Amino acid sequence: MRAMFVRDVRLALRRKADTLGAAFFFVIVVSLFPLGVGPETELLRRMGAGIVWVAALLASMLAMPRLFADDAADGTLEQMLLSTTPLPLLVLAKVAAHWLVSGLLLVAVSPVLALQFGLQGPAIGVLLMSLLLGTPVLSLVGAIGAALTVGVRGAAVLLSLLVLPLVTPVLIFGAGAVDSAASGLGFQAQFSLLGAMLALGLFAAPWAAAAALRISLD
Amino acid sequence: MSGHRINWFYFAAPQRFYPLAGMAVPWFAALGVILAAIGLVMGLGLAPTDFQQGDSYRIIFIHVPVSWMSMVLYVAMAFWAGVGLVFNTRLASMLAQAIAPTGALMAFLSLWTGALWGRPTWGTWWVWDARLTSELILLFLYIGYLSLRGAIEDERRADRASALLALVGVVNVPIIYFSVKWWNTLHQGASVSVTKGSSMATIMLNAMLIMALAFWMYAFAVVLTRVRRIILERESGAAWTRAYLSDRSPS
Repeated sequence: MRAMFVRDVRLALRRKADTLGAAFFFVIVVSLFPLGVGPETELLRRMGAGIVWVAALLASMLAMPRLFADDAADGTLEQMLLSTTPLPLLVLAKVAAHWLVSGLLLVAVSPVLALQFGLQGPAIGVLLMSLLLGTPVLSLVGAIGAALTVGVRGAAVLLSLLVLPLVTPVLIFGAGAVDSAASGLGFQAQFSLLGAMLALGLFAAPWAAAAALRISLD
Repeated sequence: MSGHRINWFYFAAPQRFYPLAGMAVPWFAALGVILAAIGLVMGLGLAPTDFQQGDSYRIIFIHVPVSWMSMVLYVAMAFWAGVGLVFNTRLASMLAQAIAPTGALMAFLSLWTGALWGRPTWGTWWVWDARLTSELILLFLYIGYLSLRGAIEDERRADRASALLALVGVVNVPIIYFSVKWWNTLHQGASVSVTKGSSMATIMLNAMLIMALAFWMYAFAVVLTRVRRIILERESGAAWTRAYLSDRSPS
């Protein structure tokens, strides 16, 4: 399991273009919004958290199809299915590696983008924390979609169709936490709920994704 | 009565289910038409005009039943998909496949009639009310299910993959519903409440329930008809379908 994790991280680091691609996509999408809605500071400050969150959602979907596609192409996935290590654990290792190189990068870039939108210090901290709690959930639920669409034509679009409706709660509470913090309300409730989703996702998603992989490679 | 066990799987064979569904469809269709006629007469003719909303409220007799159906059908679809996944029965998967388009249609109609109703009463086609938003997401879930089915060529794989998706969806539906509800209350006080509660006249309620039953019958008739087509299409290699089809079309 650890070997799988280390291998995936190493592979991702060797293919920098792939890994950085999603992060640049994230930056570009966020930067497009002021061009679209106008540069008024007040408006941008109010929309900032939501925009960063939506862009993070899209960027993580962009990176998702590769989670299993390469391994399916070269037969590694079949070896995984035959391995003595339980498949959900292997899936969890892959998701963790994937999040470490793509999700964490998004989290790391987000404060700079938040500054562009004129968010204040505390709000940026909350945004950072909410992304830190939320992006693993995106990776976990995305893994189910990625596993279902392994080897399917037009997998990337299909994956977004399947996963985006399912992760709307993460968006709601992630962006909601920043909004509450910005308007001086407490944000513990949203963080608790995000944490609850993360716990549920960590428990259930690898298992569902493993079942989906078995179906896909039947 | 005489102690022998009921064979729950007797009609699970598509070959046996096909004629059963064929017999049931006209009954459901007829009941649906009769109930819809009664419900519409009661709803459009006999029910009094609402003193606040005028006659525009009468779309409730379509709107509420289709909204209920859209939710019930999703659960039914997930149920049959789950049965298909667990017991590996073809018929259950076919039923799930047959339910999905009707469910999507109901969700779409619910949004459509809701917009038509919202325009005269709230003055807008759309508000980001919790119920509207969760209905929209439900429609997206149906679309995801249908497009996953459509993208996978191999029928058995499509059955199982979409079953898994439906089950993940059904776990997620309550979470989505409550998060959308809290999201709306977190943002601002809801500008409109869709709940009317017990303020409704008895005849309105009765008409609505009859219309709901009519939509149930419609859904049964349509789903069973569709499942018959799916059975014929997917079992087209089997001996009984060939015999059946060559009987039907003398060539």
